[in-house]
Amino acid sequence: MELTRSEILPGVWLNHLRSEKFKTACLSLSLLTQLKRETAAMNALIPYVLRRGTARFPDMEALSARMEELYGTAVEPAVRKIGEIQCLGFYASIPEGEFLPGGQNVLHDAAELLGQLLLAPATRGGLLLPQYVDSEKEKLLDRIRSRVNYKSSYALSRCVEEMCCCEDFAVSRLGGEDECEAINYKKLTKQYHTLLQQSPVEIFYCGRAAEKELRAALRDALITLPRGEIDYEIGTDLRMNALEDRPRFVEEELDVNQGNLVIGWRLGDCMEDPDQAAILVFNAVYGGGTSSKLFRNVRERLQLCYHAGSLADTHKGLLLVSSGIAFDKLEPARDEIFAQLEAMRRGEITEEELSAARAGVASDLRAMTDSQGELEGFLLAQTLDGLEYGPLELAALAEDVTKEDVVRIARSVDCDLIYFLKGGKPEDEDGE
Amino acid sequence: MENKAYPHIGETLYSETLPNGLRLRVIPKKGFRSRYAVFAANYGGAHRRFTVDGRTVDTPAGVAHFLEHKMFDLPNGDTAVDVLTANGADPNAFTSEGITCFYFQCTERFEENLRLLLHFVSTPWFTEETVQKEQGIIGQEIRMGEDSPGSAVYYNLLRQLYASHPIRDRVVGTVESIAQITAQTLYDCHKVFYAPCNMCLCVEGDVDPEEIARIAREELSQESGSVPTADFGEPEAPLPLERIHRQQMDISAPQFLIGAKIRPADGGEPALRQRLISSLALRLLVGASSDFYNKLYAEGLLNRDFDAEIEYVAGAGTLLIGGESSDPEGVLRALEDELSRVERDGLDPVRFDRAKRASLGARLRGLEDFENVCIALVEGLFDGYCALDATELLQSVTRQECEAFLRQELRPERLALSIIEPRRT
Repeated sequence: MELTRSEILPGVWLNHLRSEKFKTACLSLSLLTQLKRETAAMNALIPYVLRRGTARFPDMEALSARMEELYGTAVEPAVRKIGEIQCLGFYASIPEGEFLPGGQNVLHDAAELLGQLLLAPATRGGLLLPQYVDSEKEKLLDRIRSRVNYKSSYALSRCVEEMCCCEDFAVSRLGGEDECEAINYKKLTKQYHTLLQQSPVEIFYCGRAAEKELRAALRDALITLPRGEIDYEIGTDLRMNALEDRPRFVEEELDVNQGNLVIGWRLGDCMEDPDQAAILVFNAVYGGGTSSKLFRNVRERLQLCYHAGSLADTHKGLLLVSSGIAFDKLEPARDEIFAQLEAMRRGEITEEELSAARAGVASDLRAMTDSQGELEGFLLAQTLDGLEYGPLELAALAEDVTKEDVVRIARSVDCDLIYFLKGGKPEDEDGE
Repeated sequence: MENKAYPHIGETLYSETLPNGLRLRVIPKKGFRSRYAVFAANYGGAHRRFTVDGRTVDTPAGVAHFLEHKMFDLPNGDTAVDVLTANGADPNAFTSEGITCFYFQCTERFEENLRLLLHFVSTPWFTEETVQKEQGIIGQEIRMGEDSPGSAVYYNLLRQLYASHPIRDRVVGTVESIAQITAQTLYDCHKVFYAPCNMCLCVEGDVDPEEIARIAREELSQESGSVPTADFGEPEAPLPLERIHRQQMDISAPQFLIGAKIRPADGGEPALRQRLISSLALRLLVGASSDFYNKLYAEGLLNRDFDAEIEYVAGAGTLLIGGESSDPEGVLRALEDELSRVERDGLDPVRFDRAKRASLGARLRGLEDFENVCIALVEGLFDGYCALDATELLQSVTRQECEAFLRQELRPERLALSIIEPRRT
């Protein structure tokens, strides 16, 4: 796997990964900007408005027809947050010519379409079309509100929101409801131009085209990108310790049949010089999968829940444990989750647990090289974190993680908040 | 082993049926680190009443799923998940209405993991104690399902459509139905449905097909068993039992699912052809470039969370068109109008060709994912066709076939609408 990285236009970086393995190529483009409450919703809205129509393909029907002509090339909006950096743009999946009738190569046309979506939207008087902005704004509002529909992810995001209440990280990748409501087409056009001028741009390609061919196609497609002073001062603020001396407790009621318990920690001092491999292995031992301490004890041994797992965010330095439990099991589940962490702090980690965790982490990382989508996400995050190694290098590092490394992470984490979503409001009724 | 090349998609498929009846399929993939195997039984939530060796048996709802959970227990007290995970594999399983699949993906020690997979799935080990323990765990899973609007909108629709077909009940069963399950129920159903002749094994990755066949011969019983026949009940009438059904939940915007019963073609190539025709017809009717979708999207009646498919499972075909909308009944009316228009005017030839191109691209994309490919092979094997034939067969699908499908199967009066509304406070 040979990854090359080069600046093809001012502040526009192409990450090129040549591979003959796949039947489709992937091409993504992300504008990078600081995640802030005031602008997050506007930024999130932009790719969706751009995806409504371009000067040449003025509505979605025309765009979809064009993509169908290009053998189902799919160019879709992508909005992410990695740490406190908001990444917005498009992700394209492009069939490789070798598998198309007559060996047609649609890469150039697809790159051209990507460029048009970004740079040549349908406008009137130089402004984004109000009907597109209003319509996508309503849909974004619906999407922001819809997080309540998925109870376990809702509980996770509520925990992060409360835990990081004084930090930009509390803002979701889609931004807030109030800020979204306040958007109009004039403000949005202005923000769109600001982003184009100032945002660093990361392009990722994985497929059969040589770098030279791709570079040429992208320079043609992006030649009209207006660049000003590029804002490289973006980054993530790390908070090492909990907000208060004792973990805060937040409880919320919704009409649910199952409770959701989420506990949040700061990864703590280990984030001074984060050892990504050790954090991944620590997480795998604690709650990363079915052989983890949480799964085996909270679910299998004590049968307190249907699911229990942890995830570590190495960009922001958070550890989150999530568990679906019966309403009356809050205390025993919470106590067991803490007890398992305490055990790890005391070094109670068996050789089997450690080697399963190392093998699992390494295997997942190696398998990542078989999926373009996962590679793209991983390499973008590595770039933002200023890390130069790829999944295979990280897999090798994970295999060398020692018990002491894992114990060090366990001792570093600092509990900040306990969030519990329970049932009760309003009266039960079956809706029949 | 037999092998067949599919040059237009760059794949080769190795096939063999072992003397014990197990069907085996392998797709070697040079240059990939992941290897994937699925060991599947032609047994799902809908197989509740069945006949085997002249004997008819009735079982409570949820046995197939319960059995899947309990298969991971090993007689020595370990669980297969732990053993496989310790080996660096990523194992899992699922039970749908029609099939049960046990699978893993790994990068190292594939052969060893494959032996473990074959071994634990063919070694039943249940006690009354472990069954009782599982009743508690699955009870939590059932409650989690009840909180999911996606699951509610789906099962409400199936109950509107089907009078007696067992797919109308949740695959996981209910707290009451799983309370009836005993260790003996599990032993009996394992014996019937996990016989090699009722199972298949599909593998994709950088592997040697002959070696896979050798491992399967060594690990599995030589006895074939008898193939059970499932009884899915009386044939269903074409019209729904209830046209519109509503339920309220704590959600932000109404979710809906429009459905209809589709008469499934007989197994074999006609079944694959019907899948291709119906998915192309749906793309033309309500896909991303359709008039229907774009008009409703622009009017604010639909958003990007909109999907359409036809699910063919356990001898039933079900149209599912769903998403979020402020006015689900408006969406239903628009769909009826669009169906009437197609009935009158037919499908546009230019759009048809474009849709076929897009379909080819989508199928190529689907081939990137080993799990997706292997599960499609499994479903095809149990329905008598080879899923890898799809791309080539797609080229021969005609506009007339798509029109005939829409006119015959998607008549407006056959549609039902299930709605989950935000709770009024």
